[in-house]
Amino acid sequence: MRTFAYSRADSVERAAHATTPTAAFVAGGTTLLDLVKLDVMQPSELVDINALPLKQVEWLDDGRLKVGALVTNTDLAHHPAVKQHYPLLSEALLAGASTQLRNMATTAGNVMQRTRCPYFRDPSAACNKRHPGSGCDARDGLNRMHAVLGGSEACIAVHPSDMCVAMAALGATLTLEGPDGEREVPFGEFHRLPGDTPHIEHDLADGELITAITLDAPLAPAGSHYLKLRDRASYEFALASCAAQVALDGDSIGTARLALGGVATKPWRCAEAEAALAGQPATLESFERAAEIALADAEPREHNAFKIPLARQAIVRALREAARLAGTTQEEQA
Amino acid sequence: MMDDSAHSQHSRESQQTLNFTLNGEAMTLEVAPNAVLLDVLREQLHLGGTKKGCDHGQCGACTVHVDGQAMNSCLRLAVMCEGQHVTTVEGLAHDGELHPVQQSFLECDAYQCGYCTSGQMMSASALLADGRIGRDDASVKEAMSGNICRCGAYKNILEAIQQARLAYDATAERGTAGRQEGAA
Ligand SMILES: Cc1cc2nc3c(=O)[nH]c(=O)nc-3n(C[C@H](O)[C@H](O)[C@H](O)COP(=O)(O)OP(=O)(O)OC[C@H]3O[C@@H](n4cnc5c(N)ncnc54)[C@H](O)[C@@H]3O)c2cc1C
Ligand code: FES
Ligand code: FES
Repeated sequence: MRTFAYSRADSVERAAHATTPTAAFVAGGTTLLDLVKLDVMQPSELVDINALPLKQVEWLDDGRLKVGALVTNTDLAHHPAVKQHYPLLSEALLAGASTQLRNMATTAGNVMQRTRCPYFRDPSAACNKRHPGSGCDARDGLNRMHAVLGGSEACIAVHPSDMCVAMAALGATLTLEGPDGEREVPFGEFHRLPGDTPHIEHDLADGELITAITLDAPLAPAGSHYLKLRDRASYEFALASCAAQVALDGDSIGTARLALGGVATKPWRCAEAEAALAGQPATLESFERAAEIALADAEPREHNAFKIPLARQAIVRALREAARLAGTTQEEQA
Repeated sequence: MMDDSAHSQHSRESQQTLNFTLNGEAMTLEVAPNAVLLDVLREQLHLGGTKKGCDHGQCGACTVHVDGQAMNSCLRLAVMCEGQHVTTVEGLAHDGELHPVQQSFLECDAYQCGYCTSGQMMSASALLADGRIGRDDASVKEAMSGNICRCGAYKNILEAIQQARLAYDATAERGTAGRQEGAA
């Protein structure tokens, strides 16, 4: 593995001020070290942020839940507040990676994880994300795992996170600390579409540190479900996944929240499908219509057309389960 | 961005001092900033029980405990373990007595070639100590999915873990399990 300097950040302010453009923060290291070993990421300096006080999960007065950047995926999945009020997030986290990796992986690191596109991971392949202007070997290559939503001429790499799909559905806000102070970014605006600049993946500026992710107040009474479809039953990235949350209003759908993973270039909120569900009866027909709408703009390449019906199925099944659970909650409260 | 000399195995940056506890023993080491925990264990400390399968978090052969939690030592810098308690398979037995998981792996014949076995046992022993993981077979299989066995000894591995649970729970009640692995 290439060499780099190593230092430990002892305060958030210093971490955000002292970094150079070629430095990288290291949290769990599960994305970073994987990719440094492959020579895909080439930091000259690692700033270890693990000693920073960013490990709390706390309720804010306005009913939102603030999650520190360094809370591990395991701790977040098992946190009592998350299990009770955001079971969707807990399910999504536990569907990701393995026990060992979740013990290491952090909340901010998960948001910042890089695509698993094999051409991105292979420095000898053409990849506009890794090496801007070099082309995209995935477009006409082995693209079974690639995106059908949000792609461009330049890039069709999937955003691989499960956690982020749940956060896209739940709604959240990132808190960033940079040389110019603190700012907030809505979760849906943090990840970028590839467009002509697939190497620019998110809204974070050089030296900016994610300090927290605050989840919108829980939708209640609601039911939710995270469904992940993959090539093997566990320890595998999604071919298609769906995070669904439904709040009922009598027999019809009051509010629905829907996001997709495994099929898109960023965590994919399905706003139009959500709008189409509102006020509709909670029936299979409504769910199927929402699934049609969510995939209406899908553009397959040679090997990944199967992802379109797969994602539709994921939506229908996730919505059905979310509505069933919402019904149970509604009955309990009546 | 970087010249080829940057690829050398040996760091041109200064060595770092690492203070940590390994298998219950406090130690101080000089390590390169880019030294990976797995390589330090195997090559610098000559503890060969922890295996390298994929070197990328994909197989679990390198699983160790860090402050009592199972982690992939191939994706962790050694310097990140400053002040932490690391346990490898060499530290699993205690006072000459096998850990219940080691005993049951033997009795249940839970290995074929044995390459994945130390990683399996490190995950299994962390699992038994973790009250957040369900006790049923399905939960155990899911929690163990980060350990691949190319020989396919999964059936016996599951059996061994469930058998070890009985002995583990009995020892835990006597208060002698969950030894000095730090926090968790
Ligand atoms: C074999 C394998 C299987 C996996 N399977 C799945 C899966 O099924 N589902 C899934 O969702 N994920 C999966 N993952 C990915 C895993 O979830 C991520 O690697 C992990 O969440 C990254 O978190 P980390 O703390 O280890 O990040 P690091 O590796 O420490 O950092 C990742 C990136 O984020 C930056 N960074 C970290 N913290 C901050 C911060 N606070 N502010 C700004 N930048 C920061 C780093 O500089 C780096 O660029 C898998 C990974 C592996 C290796
Ligand atoms: S060697 Fe670490 S997971 Fe394979
Ligand atoms: S026993 Fe051979 S790999 Fe598991």
